[in-house]
Amino acid sequence: MTLLSVKDLRVGFGQDPAKNEIVKGVSFDLEAGETLAIVGESGSGKSVTALSINRLVDFGGGRIIGGSIHLTRADGSVLDVTQASEPVLEKIRGAEIGMIFQEPMTSLNPVLSIGTQIEESFRLHRGLTGRQATAAAKDALDRVRIPDAARRLRYAPNQLSGGMLQRVMIATALACNPRLLIADEPTTALDVTVQAQIMALLAELKRETGMGMIFITHDIGLVAGIADRVMVMQAGQAVEQGALDAVLDRPQHSYTKHLLSAVPHFESGRAARTDFKRKQGEAPALSVDGLTVRFKVKNGLFSRAQGAVHAVENVGFDLMPGETLAIVGESGSGKSTTARAILGLVKPTRGRFVTHKGSISDATDPATQMVFQNPYASLNPRLRIDSILAEPVIAAGGKVTNETREKMKALLQRVGLPEDSLERYPHQFSGGQRQRLCIARALMLNPSIVVLDEAVSALDVSVQAKVLELLVDLQKEFGLAYLFVSHDMAVVERIAHRIAVVYAGEIVEIGEAASVLSNPQHSYTKRLISAVPSIDRRNQRFEIDTRQVASLVRPPAYEPPEARWRDYGADHRARAEA
Amino acid sequence: MNYLTRRLLTFPLVMLGVSILVFFAIRMIPGDAITAMLGTEAGLLTPAQRAALSEYFGIDQPILIQYWKWLLGVFQSDLGISVTHGKPVLSIILERFPLTLQLAIMAMVVALAVGLPAGVFAATRKERPSDLGVRIFAMIGQSTPNFVVGLLLIYALSAGFGILPTMGEFTPFSVDPLRNLSQMILPAVTLGFAFAASVTRISRSAMLDVLSDDYVRTARSKGVPKRRVIWRHALPNALIPVVTLSGVEFGYLLGGAVLVEQIYALPGLGRLVLEAILQRDYALVQGCVLFIAFNFLVVNLLVDLLYVALDPRIRLGEGG
Repeated sequence: MTLLSVKDLRVGFGQDPAKNEIVKGVSFDLEAGETLAIVGESGSGKSVTALSINRLVDFGGGRIIGGSIHLTRADGSVLDVTQASEPVLEKIRGAEIGMIFQEPMTSLNPVLSIGTQIEESFRLHRGLTGRQATAAAKDALDRVRIPDAARRLRYAPNQLSGGMLQRVMIATALACNPRLLIADEPTTALDVTVQAQIMALLAELKRETGMGMIFITHDIGLVAGIADRVMVMQAGQAVEQGALDAVLDRPQHSYTKHLLSAVPHFESGRAARTDFKRKQGEAPALSVDGLTVRFKVKNGLFSRAQGAVHAVENVGFDLMPGETLAIVGESGSGKSTTARAILGLVKPTRGRFVTHKGSISDATDPATQMVFQNPYASLNPRLRIDSILAEPVIAAGGKVTNETREKMKALLQRVGLPEDSLERYPHQFSGGQRQRLCIARALMLNPSIVVLDEAVSALDVSVQAKVLELLVDLQKEFGLAYLFVSHDMAVVERIAHRIAVVYAGEIVEIGEAASVLSNPQHSYTKRLISAVPSIDRRNQRFEIDTRQVASLVRPPAYEPPEARWRDYGADHRARAEA
Repeated sequence: MNYLTRRLLTFPLVMLGVSILVFFAIRMIPGDAITAMLGTEAGLLTPAQRAALSEYFGIDQPILIQYWKWLLGVFQSDLGISVTHGKPVLSIILERFPLTLQLAIMAMVVALAVGLPAGVFAATRKERPSDLGVRIFAMIGQSTPNFVVGLLLIYALSAGFGILPTMGEFTPFSVDPLRNLSQMILPAVTLGFAFAASVTRISRSAMLDVLSDDYVRTARSKGVPKRRVIWRHALPNALIPVVTLSGVEFGYLLGGAVLVEQIYALPGLGRLVLEAILQRDYALVQGCVLFIAFNFLVVNLLVDLLYVALDPRIRLGEGG
């Protein structure tokens, strides 16, 4: 039975929607119980298509200007959603179409308890009140495998982690057993192990309830685990659709092929770089020894420290010129704090780091430069590009001379930007171009070390690949040492020579990239790698794992036990586990 | 509760700072109290008489000693004796304060009753004519001085409807509520007018922000009806800036509204302070300013308590 039939859907935005079409004639059918994955990059119109199905697009300034969306309702009647009135739509939303969103942290109302928010669906669509509603909400939380559901109902959203909140969102969306669930990038904001749990949960609930699902993602690797059929969108149009295996194995359209090949996919170490060998007796560009960063936790103005967050604990490594060390880990693991400490942006509690030019004392050391995650926020919108590029020179106490301008031009050309960029402002560039600007800025002072903190994470997948290529070229040309902080294993595989895996502030495994990725030894590394989605893992089942990351808050004067290491090859060692 | 404890701890420190400022600032004004008190007759005083008076009022002592003595008095709720009224400062203030408090409360009720719905209404009709209308009205409200509004109100009512605001001796609410309200309603509306305009503008912009938040989209995706989305999901989140603004405005109003009290001939705190300054009544000015600052801080503390009630993130500390 066809649950949903979309024909020639056109959606426009703004004052004159017909002139500003975002979705340009998309058609697809969805059978009951089937999962359709819509894949595309930002701006492809995939989210707008999804939001049109329950007409939430109206509230975002969009308007459906053509086509039809026929939904088969629970009573068997067929409704054209594009023509439905708001009161009818309110009856359908939540009851027949559930939806979950990208950002669980912001998608729940911060001032209402999660119980209230789940109960609301039962009150609205099932007419439940009082104890009945509360009991139903508890069942809904049980269903998404949240332990201790009765107590959690009283929690405010800020008391739960991102993964837990996404479960709450799923519980809310599924409260009234909708026949269709729209999941709009539900795992993009989550850590990779949490993503695996949410994907497993969605797959299991799909089997339990027999609901249809539209799963929207930019990550074609993710669809393999959940979809029956795939639709690829580009610039508002569906360029290819078909059964999962057909699309992944025999892509027809060039864009699908591009997505499948140009985009970094995780290949368990087979794609790791082999273009660097350490030379005997060479001095490292950077060596870090026993780096520890702790933040005191205080409870009041005058009270003594109650303990400390051990953000980085006894981290040590060497980084050679021309080498990339990737620091991988999940949010809260201390990987960014490590990078910041090396830049002098955070004061280390103890530990030593030495560059081949001498000890680093502060952020103005020209030998170390950085590129940050968000290219939209890390360029001052009021400064012209020439001022932005001049900034590091001025900060290092230099003067802007003709020579400096020549260098700016040469660097812009080198990172692939037009020469007239100097007179432009940041908003005139795309995200990928901005990140190139950030790279050019980092290179203004001829650094020997560049710290890249999630430098490609905010970019679209195909832009990501190009920026990574540029980074590799620059590294070879200038002999740069990269400290590459990332949570994305596929990206890390493409750029790293060596990998350090951090968990709860400590390095648990470090070594040659190919070896660590293909033959992980520490249980956390194994868990991390098995959670990475891949197009090769079709409809693979994940174990649902509700473990939470251990707290990093320790009592005052706590010292962790000394680590014992085991070697697994010439350059690969992991922490021995208890 | 961390935040609140800290606020409570800083309270006495701020009060001490205010007391120092008040005490020394008023003594920097040229001229002395005795001249101000007696006017031209002060010229007739012999130096001995002058000295005797200075001694009587305690202004012959070093200024730090004066301050210390005054401060000790304050701790015993003795704010000194007003030289112009010949009565304890505190009792004069407490006589005038109920009127000021009542006026401030009524003005705030007017402001919230008008401003909040108007702001919410405008936000839900963004860029439509009704929104524009509300915004123009708010702009006018904010840019029209109080006394103009007051005079126009009196003029419109008396010329148009032949109703004159009830003037004459002020009647406390406890004596004759009806007569009291008929005296207070116009001043309250006058004060509430600009206040309402600010509330309208801030609640409109806060609502607009909140209405584009993710959780509002979530509520809609659950099929929550429009009205409930606005009042149950959006408004509580938009209230924080409104509470902040109302707290500050209310705090100001507790310091008295000189112009409005003048226009409607109300014996409030504002006029008391004005008279005290003009007559160089040190004790009274000091007492009033200290009292007003105290009220302001208390209101701010209440505002903080309200935040805590409104938003569990503040209650539990970010990150719980």
